[in-house]
Amino acid sequence: MRKIIVFITVMTIFGAQSCLAIESLAPEKDFKAFRGFFIKRFPKVPLDDFVNGPYSMNQDMRKQWIEKEELPPYDFSVDRGKELFSAQFKNGKTFADCFPNKGVGIRQNYPFFDEKKNEVVTLELAINRCLEANGEKPYSYLNDDMAAVTAYMAFTSRGKPFDIKVPNNPRALEAYESGKQYFYQRRGQLNFSCASCHVQNPGERIRGEMLAPALGILNAMPIYRSEWGGMGTISRRFTSCNSQVRATPLEPQDSSYRNLEYYLSYMSNGLPISGPGARP
Amino acid sequence: MFRTASIVALVVFLLTIGADSSIAQSGESDYKAAYGSALAANTKAGELKNQWTRTGSSLVAAHKAAAAGDYAQAVQFSREAEALANASIAQTEREKTLWKESEIH
Repeated sequence: MRKIIVFITVMTIFGAQSCLAIESLAPEKDFKAFRGFFIKRFPKVPLDDFVNGPYSMNQDMRKQWIEKEELPPYDFSVDRGKELFSAQFKNGKTFADCFPNKGVGIRQNYPFFDEKKNEVVTLELAINRCLEANGEKPYSYLNDDMAAVTAYMAFTSRGKPFDIKVPNNPRALEAYESGKQYFYQRRGQLNFSCASCHVQNPGERIRGEMLAPALGILNAMPIYRSEWGGMGTISRRFTSCNSQVRATPLEPQDSSYRNLEYYLSYMSNGLPISGPGARP
Repeated sequence: MFRTASIVALVVFLLTIGADSSIAQSGESDYKAAYGSALAANTKAGELKNQWTRTGSSLVAAHKAAAAGDYAQAVQFSREAEALANASIAQTEREKTLWKESEIH
C-alpha cells in the first residue's frame, strides 16, 4: 500500500512538472510561428526593418521615413525627457536610483514579469512607481511627461534587441497567455481585434492610414504621431486603438494592457529598439 | 345651455390634465425601468472589460432626454443602450473560444 502511494505521488509530481514544461514551451513556439508568418508575408522587408512599422511596408513609405528622420519630430521630447530624468526629486533622489544601470540602456528589458508580485511591470508603470516611492506625483500615462521620459529611456537603448523573458512560472505563463488572448480577441462595436489590423492587414490602408505589422510594433514606442500632433505612450496607443474600434478603453496600465504589452514585446524579441519613433 | 357647456368643457379639461399626468408618470417609470436594465447590462459588459463606446453615449442621451421630460425618447435610447450592451456581452462570450481561430500557428 505504501509503495503504491509513493508511486502515485511520484507520478503526480512528474506529471505536473511535465505539464509545466510543455506550457513553458508555448511562448517559444508562438514566437517562431509569429516571426515566420511575417517573414513569409513580407519577404522583401529585412527583419530589423519591421520596427519601422508602416514605413517598412514599401519604398514610398520608406522614403517618407528617411525624410522624417532628417528632422525628427520627437527630438524635443527626448530633450524634455532627459531633463525630467535627471531632475532631482524633493528627497534628492532621481529616476536613476530606481532602475538597474541607473536607467540607461534598459528599455529592451521591459516589460518583465515580477515573480514576487506576480504581475507584469511595464516601463511606464515602473516610472510612476518610482515617482510615488519618492513622494512625487505620478505622471498621466497618456500625456507628454510620461512620453518624454520613456522617449529618453528608449533613446538610450537604441539598437539594443528586445530581451523579454517569460519565466517558467505558471503565473508568468498565465499573464503571457492572457496578453495573447487580448491580442486576438475581437472587441468593440466594429468587432475588431488587434490582429484584425496588425496581422491580417498590415500594409493595407484603413482610410488614409497604413497599418503596421504586429512584429516590431512596440520597438519604436513612444511615438510622435502626426495624427495626434504630439507624442504618445504605449498606453495612449492601446487606449486609442480600443476607441477606434468603438470599445471603451480600459484604464491605462490595466493588467490586460500590461499583459498585451508583454506578449507583443516577447514576439519582437531580438529586434532592435528604435524608439522614440515617428508615425503618420 | 351655457352653464352645461361650461361644465362639459371643465370635465374634458380635467380629464385631459389627468390623462397627461398619468401618461407622464407611466413614461417616467418606463424610463427608469429601461434605464436600469441598460445600466445593469453595461455594468456586466464592464466586468467583462468589453463595453462599447456607443452604449455609453446612448445612456447619456437617455439621461438627457429624461431630464428634458421626453420620456418616450429616453426609453428609446435606454433600449438601444441595453441592446448594445447585450451585444457586447455576447461578443465577449463568443470570443472566449473563437479567438483561437485567428491565432498564428
